[in-house]
Formats: sequence, C-alpha cells, structure tokens
Amino acid sequence: MARNQAGPAEEHYHDKVVRFLLMCSLIWAVIGMSAGVYVAAELIWPSIDMGQPWLSFGRLRTFHTNVVIFGFGVSALMATAFYSVQRTCHVPLPLPRLAWFTGVGWQFGILAGGLSLLAGINGGKEYAELEWPFDIAIAVLWISFGVVFFATIAKRRIKPIYVSNWFYGALIIVVAMLHVVNSLAVPATLFKSYPIFAGAQDAIVQWWYGHNAVGFLLTGGFLGMMYYFLPKQADRPIWSYRLSIVAFWAFVYSYIWAGPHHLLYSSIPDWVQNLALVMSLVLLAPSWATMINGMMTVSGAWQKLRTDPALKFIVLSLAFYGLATFEGPMMAIRSVNAISHFTDWTIGHVHSGALGWNALITFGTFYFLVPRLVGAELYSVKWANIHFWLALAGTMFYVLAMWGAGVSQGLLWFSLDQVGELSFSFKDIMASMVPYYMLRLVAGIVFLAGTVLMVINLWLTIKGRETIRVKPPEVPTHRVSA
Amino acid sequence: MSRGISLHERLENNAGLLIFGILFVSSIGGLVQVLPSVFQESLSTPTANTRVYSALELIGRDIYIREACSVCHSQQIRPLLAEVKRYGQYSRAGEFVYDRPFLWGSKRTGPDLQRIGGKYSDLWHRVHLNNPRDVVPNSIMPAYPWLVQRPANASGDIQARLRALQRLGHPYDDAAIEAAPGELEGLREIDAVVAYLQNLGVGFDPVADDATQQAPE
Repeated sequence: MARNQAGPAEEHYHDKVVRFLLMCSLIWAVIGMSAGVYVAAELIWPSIDMGQPWLSFGRLRTFHTNVVIFGFGVSALMATAFYSVQRTCHVPLPLPRLAWFTGVGWQFGILAGGLSLLAGINGGKEYAELEWPFDIAIAVLWISFGVVFFATIAKRRIKPIYVSNWFYGALIIVVAMLHVVNSLAVPATLFKSYPIFAGAQDAIVQWWYGHNAVGFLLTGGFLGMMYYFLPKQADRPIWSYRLSIVAFWAFVYSYIWAGPHHLLYSSIPDWVQNLALVMSLVLLAPSWATMINGMMTVSGAWQKLRTDPALKFIVLSLAFYGLATFEGPMMAIRSVNAISHFTDWTIGHVHSGALGWNALITFGTFYFLVPRLVGAELYSVKWANIHFWLALAGTMFYVLAMWGAGVSQGLLWFSLDQVGELSFSFKDIMASMVPYYMLRLVAGIVFLAGTVLMVINLWLTIKGRETIRVKPPEVPTHRVSA
Repeated sequence: MSRGISLHERLENNAGLLIFGILFVSSIGGLVQVLPSVFQESLSTPTANTRVYSALELIGRDIYIREACSVCHSQQIRPLLAEVKRYGQYSRAGEFVYDRPFLWGSKRTGPDLQRIGGKYSDLWHRVHLNNPRDVVPNSIMPAYPWLVQRPANASGDIQARLRALQRLGHPYDDAAIEAAPGELEGLREIDAVVAYLQNLGVGFDPVADDATQQAPE
C-alpha cells in the first residue's frame, strides 16, 4: 500500500458515479412511493385497478416494495458508500469502470425486475420476489459492488478503517450470503423456479433472509450512512468510538438470530421461535447504543438544527430509528405478537422504519451531498424546511393510522361473545378499516409531495452544473507508522 | 479494556481480518438456528393425508403466486382459540412439505385460506374471483377477470414444472407427468385456481396426524 505517497496532482475522487446513483435513487423514490400511494388507494377503491393485471394490488404492491427498497434504498446506499469510502480512505475508487458497471447495471436490474413483477413473474418469497435470472444478475452486481468497495479499502492511505466502512462492509458481505442461500432454486423454465427448501424449512430460511435483509440493508447500510454523514454535518467527531465498536459487533452477532420472530405461533419448532424472541429483546441494546451514539454526537451542535435542514432530517431519522428498534423487540414478545401479527400494525412498523428512518436519513444526506457535488448552494433552503414538515407529518399520520387499524384488527379478530363465539365476521372488521385507510392514503400523499418537492429542489441545484473534481488530501496521516 | 481496544485495532487496520470477522460473527446465528432446522426430518415429513398437488392444482398455485395473493391472505393458522374457531385446526408443519415456496404470508388483509377448501362452492369461487363485490359487497379484494379468459396451460410448460419438482423429490411418476397436459386440456386459469383453493386444508385429520407423529416413540 502506497501510504506514504501523496496522490499525483491530477488524481481526483470519482464523484460522477455518485451523482448518477443519487439521481437514479431520486427517480426510484418518486416511482416507488407513487406506486405505494396507488396501492393504498386500491385498498379503499379496489376497482381503480381498471381490470388491468399489471395494476392489480398484488403485483403493484410487490413492485412498490422492490422499487423503494432496492431502487431507492440500494441506489442511495451505493452512492453514499462510493462517496464516503473514497474520503475515509483518502483515495479515489481504484476501479471506477467496475463502479459504473455496478451502478448502471443495478438500474437496469431494477427496471427489468420491476417490470417482471408487474408482468406476474414472481418467485413468491417476500422481499425476494424476483425470479432466478434476476437473482443471478443481482448476485453478480452485488459482488462487483463489493469488489469496488473493498478494493478501495485495500488501497487506502489511512491505516484505520473508519466505522462507516464496517457497516457498509457488513451490508455487502451479509446481504450476499443471505441472497445466495435464500435464492437457491431449481429452474423449471426461464421465468419459473421452485426453491430447494419446502414448507416450514423454506419459511425459516426465508425469514432468516427477510429479517436480516432489513437488518443489514435497511439498518446496517443506513447506519454506515449515519456514521459518515452525521459527524460531517454536525461538524463534530463521533461521541464514543468505543461504543461504536461494541455496538457494531453486537449488532452483527445478534441480528441474525431474530428472523423467526416473524413466525411466532407458526408450525416451526418452538425452540427456534423462543430463541428468536429472546435475541430480539437482546437486539434492543446494540440498536439503542448506536442511536445514543448518534444523538450524543449532535449534542453540542443543537443550534445548527435551526438553520440546517439536512441535519434536521438526520436527527429526526435517528429518533425514528430509536422508535422502530424499540417497537420491533416489543412486537416479538408473544403476547404482543399474537395481537400485532398479520395486522396493519406490521405495515405501520415497517413504515416507521422505512419512511421515518431510511427515507429521512437519505433525504438529509442528499441535501448535504448535492450542493457539495456541484459546488453550489442548495436551490431553496425554505423548500427543504417545508419538505421536513411534510415528511414528518406524513410519517406520523401513516404510523398512527396503521397503529389504529392494526390494534383494532388484532383485538376484533380475537373478540368472543358471552357464549364463546366469535363476535365479528372477518369482512365486517375489514369494512370498518376505511377511516384508517383514508388517513394512511392522505399520509402517503403528503409524504410523496415532500419527496417531489425535494427532487425539484435538488434538480434545480444540480442542473447545468458540472460535478466538481475533489482531490484527496495530500498530507499523509499521523497514524501511518502504526 | 485497553487490551480489547488494541485487539480491535488489528481488526480495523486489516481489511481481510475485518471481512473474515464479519462473515464469522454473522454466520453463527444461521449455523446454530437455521441449519439444524433445514435438516430436521419432522419438518419435512408429510402428515397422514398430505399429498402432492395435481397438475391442475399446481397451475392454480403458481397463478396464486403470480398474482401475489399471499400478500393479503395467510395460510398459517395459529394455535389460538379465536383463530382456530375462525379458520379451523391450527397448522402442522407436515401439511406444507410440498409447498415450494411456502405461502404462509405475513398479512391478513383478507382471511386465512389454509383450510378454505370445501367451505364455498366452486360457483361461489368463480363469481368471487371474477368480481368479489358480486358476492361480498364491501370486499376490497381485486377482481381477476383475466382468469376466465386464459387457458390453464397457456405457457405449455406444465411438464417442465412437474419435472423440476420431481427432481426436488416430490413423488410424481413419469406417467403422471406424461398425462399432465391432457388433464389441462380445455380448462381455463380460473379452473386451476378454484381446484387449488378447493383442495386447501382438505383431508387434514388431526387424529391420524397425531398417530403418525407419535408412532416412532
């Protein structure tokens, strides 16, 4: 490793690929969230699918989850990983062409994969619906993502690997493992395959994947984002380095066990369920340790919240991260799970994480990143502040609506009359959900409106401007001899 | 404590060690919890009356997957009083051994379907699938008018599907695979979906099942 040499004068960070991925992420955000709003409306007015198979709830809902997680979310993670790994290693991406291959290939994958879901090509496993040809493409692109990332780390000019890179690294390694195992299948035709696991065993493998895709992608990946962009934005170092180490390893170890809490009271073995329950409670510790570490990092820079919309988004996202990671373990307790499972409470929980945590931290990061990529001021700070309130209101109303709907469903399904018979028919309970579903639809529209406002704001910031060329710092760090 | 930190300094100064560390620590849970379940025989032993899907039922099941019905309908009855009252006997692992993938679902926007077979007539299902609001006025389920239009074997790959499952150990004999396209002749997708739904949970006998479960002891 050429640690003692300053880079050649013409050397600069590869930020065009970051810009490309960021713009793609924004496009997927609007498409994916619009699909979400549409399916929310379909749950009130089912005939707005107009008899079109591709607009039908099942297909469009699957499209919605895949596009927001793998289009919006993963593109944002790739963009921020490429941006931050260069800066924390003081070295440009050594494999820029492979980075472009990863970024562009991923977009084609999401486009083709999304269309395949609308066409009804669906493997049937939640959050892993894409059929086997797409699974292979995802594996190849994911490995090339990993090669670009770790090659940059291998070429680093600072000896210690910064904590954000551990999280991005865990994202790449663990998601690769989960994806490959959960996708093992025997193809019947080009677009139809059957998993090598069946029934209860397939369920255990699927939720080992499903829970940890949430864990290492939507939690771990975005914590990588947090550990780089929060200290940058607050202009303060991480509060406790030691806590970040302990929380990281506790997180990597304990998350994996909690998957079967998605299968409580099901026909998988009790010991598997109970182990998952206990580990879900344990998981509260590393989750909150990381949240506290983030919050304490901002402590002392609170006055910035008045003027800086980017930091506001990131701090609020941490609060939602704390709420969602508290709610999760609670929902893994049997008596709570009996009520919450199969209801809209789950949908509310997912969205308090997806909107409140993932989307908000991404928005904050983009408000930080875009002006820096082109060396200009944000087009409108006022719009960003309006977006902040739209995003907060949208998330809050969404979660409240789903709590209301979920708790009602859970209790009404269980309600027995004086002679021990069921009090309500299923269809009557479902028909009473309209007010909650209306509120959810409004919340979704408000959130989407904020997102569109951000996209316009960032577009006006970036439009017509070149990506500026940033050189790595020329001074070798003091830890070179370590 | 400082020794712990210096140990960690080695990890964070060496990318290879860090990668190995992450891989090692993250795989422990899977090895202890998932791997034994994958090899646990009782989870892959069919209950007394569990049989493979017929060609028509398999097509119906694959359409159920295509339309992502499991996004709104679970197939997993929990051993809770109200739930057993509403949906019937709670689910046993052995009932799902021919389910690839499993379709337990995670959300009940509509009711559980694991034991829906035989509860309504074929005609009810046909009308309901074509437009749910014709029989359940407040229903928010989508209509599936295209099921009556498409032939059940439109893609012509039923034999490839059965052979893939045969390779995975499902007891289909070659004669059944040979005869499969003939069984689908003249039928529509809706016939396949109705056949699949009408078979769900039918024939499960808890007494017979308990007997097979206890036999080895």
